[in-house]
This record gives sequence, C-alpha cells and structure tokens, in this order.
Amino acid sequence: MGRKLLLDKAHIEGIRYYDVYRKNGGYAAAEKALKSMSPDQVTEEVKKSGMRGRGGAGFPTGLKWSFLAKPEGVPRYLVCNADESEPGTFKDRYLMEFLPHLLIEGLLISSFALGANTTYIYIRGEYAWIPDILEEAIAEAHKNGWLGKNIQGSGFDLNIYVQRGAGAYICGEETALIESLEGKRGTPRIKPPFPAVKGLYQCPTVVNNVETLAAIVPIINIGGDEYAKIGIGKSAGTKLISACGNLNKPGVYEIEMNISVEEFIYSDEYCGGIPNGKRLKACIPGGSSVPIVPANLLLTTAKGEKRMMTYESLNDGGFATGTMMGSGGFIVLDEDQCVVRHTLSLARFYHHESCGQCSPCREGTGWMEKVLKNIEHGKGKMSDIDLLWDIQRKIEGNTICPLGDAAAWPVAAAIRHFRDEFEWHVLHPEEAQRRNFGLAHYADPLPVAAAV
Amino acid sequence: MAEEKKLFKVKIDNITVEVEPGTTILNAARNIGGEVVPPAMCYYSKLEGSGGKCRTCLVKVTKGSEADPRPMPKLVASCRTTVMDGMEVANITSPEVLEARKGVVEFLLINHPLDCPVCDQAGECDLQDLSYEHGVSGTRYEFKRRTFEKEDIGEHIKLHMTRCILCYRCVFTADQLTNKRQHGILKRGDASEISTYMRASLDHTNFIGNVIDVCPVGALTDRTARFKNRVWFLKPVDAHRECSDPKCCGKTVLWMRGDEIFRVTARKDKYGEVEGFICDTCRFEKKEVKDWIVEGPRKISRHSVITAGHYVGVHKPQETVAKVMDGRQPKLLMDIHTVSEVNMPQVDLSQIEGPAHSTDFPKNKGVQ
Repeated sequence: MGRKLLLDKAHIEGIRYYDVYRKNGGYAAAEKALKSMSPDQVTEEVKKSGMRGRGGAGFPTGLKWSFLAKPEGVPRYLVCNADESEPGTFKDRYLMEFLPHLLIEGLLISSFALGANTTYIYIRGEYAWIPDILEEAIAEAHKNGWLGKNIQGSGFDLNIYVQRGAGAYICGEETALIESLEGKRGTPRIKPPFPAVKGLYQCPTVVNNVETLAAIVPIINIGGDEYAKIGIGKSAGTKLISACGNLNKPGVYEIEMNISVEEFIYSDEYCGGIPNGKRLKACIPGGSSVPIVPANLLLTTAKGEKRMMTYESLNDGGFATGTMMGSGGFIVLDEDQCVVRHTLSLARFYHHESCGQCSPCREGTGWMEKVLKNIEHGKGKMSDIDLLWDIQRKIEGNTICPLGDAAAWPVAAAIRHFRDEFEWHVLHPEEAQRRNFGLAHYADPLPVAAAV
Repeated sequence: MAEEKKLFKVKIDNITVEVEPGTTILNAARNIGGEVVPPAMCYYSKLEGSGGKCRTCLVKVTKGSEADPRPMPKLVASCRTTVMDGMEVANITSPEVLEARKGVVEFLLINHPLDCPVCDQAGECDLQDLSYEHGVSGTRYEFKRRTFEKEDIGEHIKLHMTRCILCYRCVFTADQLTNKRQHGILKRGDASEISTYMRASLDHTNFIGNVIDVCPVGALTDRTARFKNRVWFLKPVDAHRECSDPKCCGKTVLWMRGDEIFRVTARKDKYGEVEGFICDTCRFEKKEVKDWIVEGPRKISRHSVITAGHYVGVHKPQETVAKVMDGRQPKLLMDIHTVSEVNMPQVDLSQIEGPAHSTDFPKNKGVQ
C-alpha cells in the first residue's frame, strides 16, 4: 500500500464534520503552525517539501509563495482555485466534498504563512452542492475559534469566503479567476503584472489549487523534509489522480509518486485493469489538455525505460514522445475508442470555452472543431490533416493565456501519434461511420534503437 | 537639479534606439519608424488598457536584457511588453514572427465577411492594410462565416458586428471618454459580440462618436455618411472650429467633394490613431463649410488609396473647341441632365438621408 497523506482519513464516517475531524487529529497542523512557527518558517517548510502546484503547471509552491510582494499597508489575498473544470479531473471535488475541514485547515496555515487576512474559495458553478458543504464547515470552524478574529489566541485574523463561478472553464486560469472574483467578465489579464504583485483588487495575491492547499496540512504535520522523501526526485509527495475512462475501478486515488503507469492501470490496488479483457489503446494522463499518447509510449518511454507516475517521467521525451502530469485527470481509452471522435469532442470543448479575447484562440478553436467534424463524419480530405496541424501550430504559444495551448496540444498529439487513424477516416469515409479503427499497432513494442 | 533619467538601450531588428524606462517594445519601434514597427489592430496609445488581444504585434525577444540575457520562451505582444535595458528584439528579421503574424491575419479573416466592395471603411481599413501586407491571397477556410444582424446604436452610429474583429477599442473608448459605458462584450469565444444588449441608443453622451474613429474595421460607421461616397473620391481637408465643449479638441478632417462636406472625422496619424478626440456636435452636426475654418488639404501617405486622383498642380482640362473654331461655341446636341434620372446637379448627395435612391431624384426636379 502506498502512503496516504490526504485521503488517509477519508473513509471515517462523519469526517466532514468538525468534531470527527478534530478527534482524528484535525487542526493539529494549524495549531502547530500558529503557536510554534513564524510565517516564514511555514513558507520555508513548504519550500523544503519540494511540493509542486497540483493545478496542472507543476510550479513549486514554496517558490510561488516567496514571489509574493509584501508592500506595507496593502492587504494580501490568498485565493483557492476550486474551479476544477478540466475534463477528466475531479480530484478537488472529492476533497471538498468529503474533507472540507482539511481544505480549511490548509487555507488557514497558508494564509498565516502569506499574511492574508481574507481568503476566497472560487468554486465552479457546476459544483452546486459543494458551497453548502464548505460554508457549513466554515461556520463550524468559526464557532470553534479556527476562523475570525484572534484565532486560538495567536493574534492572527482570517475570514474565508466561498464564491461561485458561473460555469466557465477559463475562470480556472488564475488572472481570469481574479477578474471573475472582482465581479467582472472572466477573461485572462495580460501578464505582467503577475498576481503576486498585482492580483485581486490590485493587491498581491496567491492563487493555489485545492489539492495544493490541502497538502500543506500533511507537510506541516510530518515536516517538509519528511514529505520530500516521498516520491522520486523533484516529484515529491503524494498526488491525487482522478482516473476515468475504460477502467475496472475508476475513481480518485492518492498515489505516492513512485509507481509506474502500468502498475497504476493494472494493479488491483488502483484501477484494476481494463474491463472485458480489452486492450489499452491510448491514455491522457493529466487532464484533457495534455497530449494523448498511444499505449506503447504510455508504458515505456522512447528510451525504453518504464514510465513512472511522476512529473519528470511522464514528460520524458518532451511532446514528441512524452506527455505531462497536468492536473492528474487520467483518461484511459481502450481498443474500441476512436481517437478522431475523441479529439473532436475535446476540440468542441475548447471551442465552447474559449473566452474570445485574443484572435488565435477565438477563431482557431472553432476552425479546428469544424475541420475535425468533417473528418469524423466522412467528409474529410487528406489536406485537412495538414491544415489541422498548421492551425494548432499557429494557436500554440501565440495567445494571452494557456487555454490556446491547451486547445492546441490534444489535436497536435492526436495527429502526431495517430495520423494513420485520421488517414483511414479520410480514405474510408463510409467504413469509418460503421466501425472503429481498432487498436492497430498502437500497443506494439517500440523499436529498440540500435546500439551505436 | 534633477538627476537625468537613465535611458534604456533597445535593439529592434538590429537598429538601436534609446527609450525611457516603461516604454513598450511597440512604442520603441515607433520611435525608429519604418518597417520595423509591428502592426497593431487592438492597441491604441490613447486608450488606457488597450492592446494585447489581436496578437498581430507579436515579436520575438532574443535577449531579455543586459542583466538577464535569456531570450523569452514565447513570442510576446510588443504593445504590452515593456523594454528592458539591453533588450534585443526581432520583428521582421525573424521568420518565426512573420509566420505567426501570417497565422493571426488568417484567423482574423476567417470570420470576416470580406465585403470590402460595399464597406464604407474600405480604403482606410486597418484590416485591409494588414492583410495586404502580412496575409496570404487565398483562404483555407471552407465553412460558413459567422454573421450578426446589423444594429443601430443610436441615431448616428451603425454597428455591423459581422465585420468586427473584437479589438475592444470601442469599449475602452466609451469607458474612458463618456460618462457611462453602456455597451460591451456579450457571450464568449467566437460567438462574442459588441452590443448594448437591449439595443439601447448611445447618443446621449457627446463623445460616443469617437468609437467610429477608433474602430479599425467597418464595424462601427457613421450613419450620417454611410454609403454616401467612397473615401478615395473625397478630399480630406484639415479644418477647425471653436467648439464649446472643453474636452473636444476641435481639430478635424473634413471629407469634401466640391463644397459639400460628406463626413467629419478626427485627425489620424500614420498609425491610424487620432491626434485628439472630437465631440459629436463637430462630427455629426456641422456639415457646412461655413461652420469651419479650413486650414488646407490634409497630407495623406502616397501609398494610400485615398490619394488616388488627388494630383498636385493639376491643370483643369480646358474647353478647346471654341479656340480652334474661331470663337464659335459648339452646338450642344443634348444635355445629359435632361434625360438622366439620377445625379442631378441640384441635389446634394451629402444632404440625403442615407444612401441615394431613385426617389431622391424626382422627375420634376430635373433641368427643364
């Protein structure tokens, strides 16, 4: 069994409520931080832990905190990004639904470290029932002296507010989230200035993912050094993976970042393999915006090494043969799935969610969807595949925010690895309406590079 | 004595220029001028917060600064990126930039109706210039283009959303020049549109007409001048008047044909930006020469189509028949105005409401 730090108590009945949570060692980390540590010591501990942001980009959290500008007389804000809208990702929802106090404790410690007296949880509108859970937990925390004025006699004040979004993927981008929180149209700001200098209400702001903030609690509990020992190299600690798709046991898993991808898919402890004896065709290991990889490249890297569930190993080979850890939305496709159709549904998603602020993303995402729709419905041309490649290349990197990249990468990766499936769709338009391309050679062992 | 401000040295396309700290790359390039200036469709130096959206001004930063010489990983929007000391920027010397710009032009055009033949902006359209200079001649887009209903936002302004490239300039203009902004962006992605939502009139503030001038395309046009004439048939003349509005600079360009004033606009510089904003009274209501103090013909770049037909030092063709025929006048066989039903000399095109129709030329008004 891998070590669990976030979900170790998730099975306890009533852990959602303060009394049970407190009885099971809850708020011990907050007590430790408030009573025996200075804010800088907490930040130092987080830095030592080497934890990387769990929202998708994987930027070291301690480093991010240390960038926060601290001018005199200006309030600072911590914002918890709970706008979890990436297709395939549902780990934050699990945390907030079952362990709201873990998040509040994490927010308390983080706010203390950053010197923020007001903290916002920006939650996506579709999680309609979760704000109630969070607000109930916040009220309990207030009642028991963990929020409000002079918390536990430490002299530190904190208020947490929950704000619902209105259903926009783009509001998961930190500057768009801040705009939306201010009550404006949720469109990304042009950086610089970065939120660490001018964020919410033009004040220094840190925006962190739910899982990141929750993981502050075990870091304080066991110490940064101990946390850093878990996992491999720079992929320290445990990570929540939300597995879905063609799996026997889809769900949210907490993994130590030292297991292989193969183990994660096939072992009984985790996903338990693919149902009905089907074979693995492809996988998106980090949420819909990271590149899709075929089975053979998923299980082994291009160098022939076993691919591990770590930031570095998943990224091995760059975008040519690798992919990304992303937000941990692990989507598995078996041999019956059609990559073209799958790419189309992702393209449709990004078209729908583009904010329309900058031209490449606004126009390009819709164009890609239309071209893909033609290919999928048997109206494609051979030149459409190259056209798609060209469109995605002109979107990527030329937009204000990473949504453009996120829209371009899945299309690019699908064409890069599954070009023959696209060509088959074009060459056999009628057959492609009746059956799928199947597994083909996507699980064949990779050719071993000859020793030179 | 105040200490002299330290200037930043920036190299753009291997041309060095010294600018003040805080200048953007685009403005540094404008200091150099010429071909190294990146095109800008959404940036407007007189509007705070504009820029960064159209992505036509992307440039490559090959050296971040003297202190940190690392290149920037992505192409950056030059209108919103400030210079650092020792920065090196590649614009037209970078094939990557030219390729990306070509892509942006293509994206801007895929949903543009390309109705230039009937568009009032044709001839002075930033998108026309941009696609001519940086685009490709063909299109690869084979799908239906998005369209919107035309909308009247007030008595004087027509919103033709189909042509819009969503530069947000008009939103910033209304926000910063008028008392109350009442229009903005609705919806998102490629369905987003400029609108007042309730089709409300925007006429009640005296500066809303400036949205027409800042619009880089023909999405916002002057209803008092729509379909009256092509810009290249008109003569731009600098003029001014004593305007009672203190915010109005009063310096305008009159677009004339003969003694008729078809249109009044603010004076635009070579980057298509107005030199000063003018009020709606000057723009929409003063359409007679006696209202204005004319300064003289406006200088227009000779590359612009507006200069077509405007020759310097032309000699008007003289009637020569009488001279060679010993003073005898030619016999007029037919006056075209007796039979033609349109373009009667006594009807002033600029005075007609909207575009000219046959009903504007009643039979009994013709030469008897």
